[in-house]
Amino acid sequence: MQFRLKHVGLLTLLFALLFTLGACASNKETGTSTLDQIKQRDKLIAGVKYDTRLFGYKDPNTGQVEGFDVDIAKALAKKILGDENKIELKEVTSSTRIPMLKNGDIDIIIATMTITDERKQEIDFSDVYYHAGQSLLVHKDSPIKGIDDLAGKKVIGVKGSTSVKNIREKAPQADVLEYPDYAQAFAALRSNKGDALTTDNVILMGMHQEDPNYVLVGGLFTDEPYGIGIRKGDETFVNYVNDFLKELKDSGEYRELYMKWFNEEPPANQ
Amino acid sequence: MLSLLLNYYPDFLRGLLTTLEASLLALIGSFAIGVVIAVFRIVPFVPLNILGRMYTEFLRNIPLLIVAFFFFHGMNAFGLNLSGFVAGTLGLTFYTSAFIAEAMRAGIQSVPKGQMEAGRSTGLTYLQTMRYIILPQAIKIVIPPLGNQFLNLVKNSSILSLFAGLDLMYWGDHVASSSFKTLPAYTLVALFYLLITIPLSYFVRWLEIRLNRLPKEAAEVKTALMEG
Amino acid sequence: MNFQGAWTLGHIRFMLEGFAVTLQVAVIAIILSFILGTLIGVLRYTRLPIVSPILAVIVETLRNLPLLLIIMFVYLALPELGIRLGVFYSAVVGLTVFEMAMISEIVRGGLMSVDKGQTEAARASGMTYTQTLWHIVLPQALVKMIPPTVSQFISLLKDTSLAVAIALPELMHNSQIIYNGNPSYINPILLLAALFYFVTNFLLSQVALLLERRLRY
Repeated sequence: MQFRLKHVGLLTLLFALLFTLGACASNKETGTSTLDQIKQRDKLIAGVKYDTRLFGYKDPNTGQVEGFDVDIAKALAKKILGDENKIELKEVTSSTRIPMLKNGDIDIIIATMTITDERKQEIDFSDVYYHAGQSLLVHKDSPIKGIDDLAGKKVIGVKGSTSVKNIREKAPQADVLEYPDYAQAFAALRSNKGDALTTDNVILMGMHQEDPNYVLVGGLFTDEPYGIGIRKGDETFVNYVNDFLKELKDSGEYRELYMKWFNEEPPANQ
Repeated sequence: MLSLLLNYYPDFLRGLLTTLEASLLALIGSFAIGVVIAVFRIVPFVPLNILGRMYTEFLRNIPLLIVAFFFFHGMNAFGLNLSGFVAGTLGLTFYTSAFIAEAMRAGIQSVPKGQMEAGRSTGLTYLQTMRYIILPQAIKIVIPPLGNQFLNLVKNSSILSLFAGLDLMYWGDHVASSSFKTLPAYTLVALFYLLITIPLSYFVRWLEIRLNRLPKEAAEVKTALMEG
Repeated sequence: MNFQGAWTLGHIRFMLEGFAVTLQVAVIAIILSFILGTLIGVLRYTRLPIVSPILAVIVETLRNLPLLLIIMFVYLALPELGIRLGVFYSAVVGLTVFEMAMISEIVRGGLMSVDKGQTEAARASGMTYTQTLWHIVLPQALVKMIPPTVSQFISLLKDTSLAVAIALPELMHNSQIIYNGNPSYINPILLLAALFYFVTNFLLSQVALLLERRLRY
């Protein structure tokens, strides 16, 4: 009894430390290609956003998840398994998508993800399938006109997104507030919890569509090439997905999807 | 993991301080409100009893997150725009006040009724009997559960991270998602929380032993059976 | 505040779908944490060498951590150790291990609260240790355990809302999806969600009260 009361606290910390040591050991990669796993399972599990209009959005009234990313995922399912319905969509956020892919919860990330060198150390990317750029969303009466007006202002971003990192570099005087996902970030902007919201222009466009009182300002101050995320080292699948993207563009289906969601022709370089 | 700590320790430190700040402020606030509600529940006036009961029953049976999001988003409808930290602290305050009120009511009512009657019969007023006879005994019973509530506050304050409240959990999430080192980052966060909560939980037990002159085992039993 | 726009049939159905997930997670976690918690509580009470101290450390660690952190840890960090659970089971496991630690303390506290003289008397009259535990100590401890256990289960049901952090489509998450789409829905939707939790928990505590009275008399 005496022993326990005195030492449990100490032991607990020790236990936590031991656990920590275990935590430093990393896990092994699985040998087989994701492509084989998908075929075996007869289902593609794709991580998409549920809160981002135009790319991946779950409509609370219908329960349907739709968007550009979702359509691309379906087209991929059709190519691999011959049926665009052989797909399971899983909700990811900017901070959960990479861990989920690494953990095997999902086969692939198609979720407004910018290709960056840092992320390339964690996962592999397909070729670029969409060119976005970071911008600002503010209330239409806001005095903020661009990135230079952000000093001392509260800027809302999403945890784990490149935009948060970029804005800390480009507007070091701004106060950055990170939210778990885009829906909550936009809700926070609409509740006046910040002066501007920053992320990729296309995501902001979806928000502008939802509430036209909020407008994009400041142009594009970064280049955000979106890629499809694939588990590291799985070259077979990377090549497969790249072929798929090329076919999609050559067949004109890419242009159709682009027109459907963004109401404009894809730029020539895509 | 050490390198993660070295790279990000200012973030963890800031978070730790904010967590403590929010928990302390909420403890003070919820104590103040808790006293008022506890008084509502014990005064010999039925409408106040009912009001106090409704307050505690409602808040104790709904998630803290709802209370917090009400302060964060919902108060805008009433013209109040609160930051994540303020809204979170207020949410913690009101939520916890219901538990504190309940602990106090239980404490006061655990003093035998005969003492109130005895006090009154010796010519003391209701308030005097409360002040000199009942409360000094009740306080001793109530303080350990208060310590327990502070422990809960420290843990519960982690919800601030969900609306940019800048607490320990928020910075932990930030480190995890910007370094991609999820496991070490969250393990560090856990160690930081344990650094506060383990000494605190021992302090609560010690208080129980000191204040109520309970033997060690009985004190453990009491803290274990404490509700909330 | 726009109650009419917020409380539409479609929205209520969407919230009910979320509530179904909330209940599923809560019920599984309640059952599991009760079984595991009782086991750990009894094992700690019996003071087995090695086992009891190890359990003590695990329990102390778990109950002193924020549940939100535990859930995030299970979902995002455990996979790095090769343990992969989806959103649903991460929520279940996170809630279970946390509540298991809480329940084990309640069980242990309940057992310790039974007067020592009684166990000694039972042993003296020829009962074995297990018999004493089973026939004398447990029934008495059980009655004392009911109120804190039920309040722990109520906490658990409320705490399922923390799984919003990992985007489990439960009641809180679905409520957020609705009100994030329109700021004037926030208070009506929060109120409705609060009522869902309140009514369930209130019923739970009333049932517990009945149970307690029946066992006591």
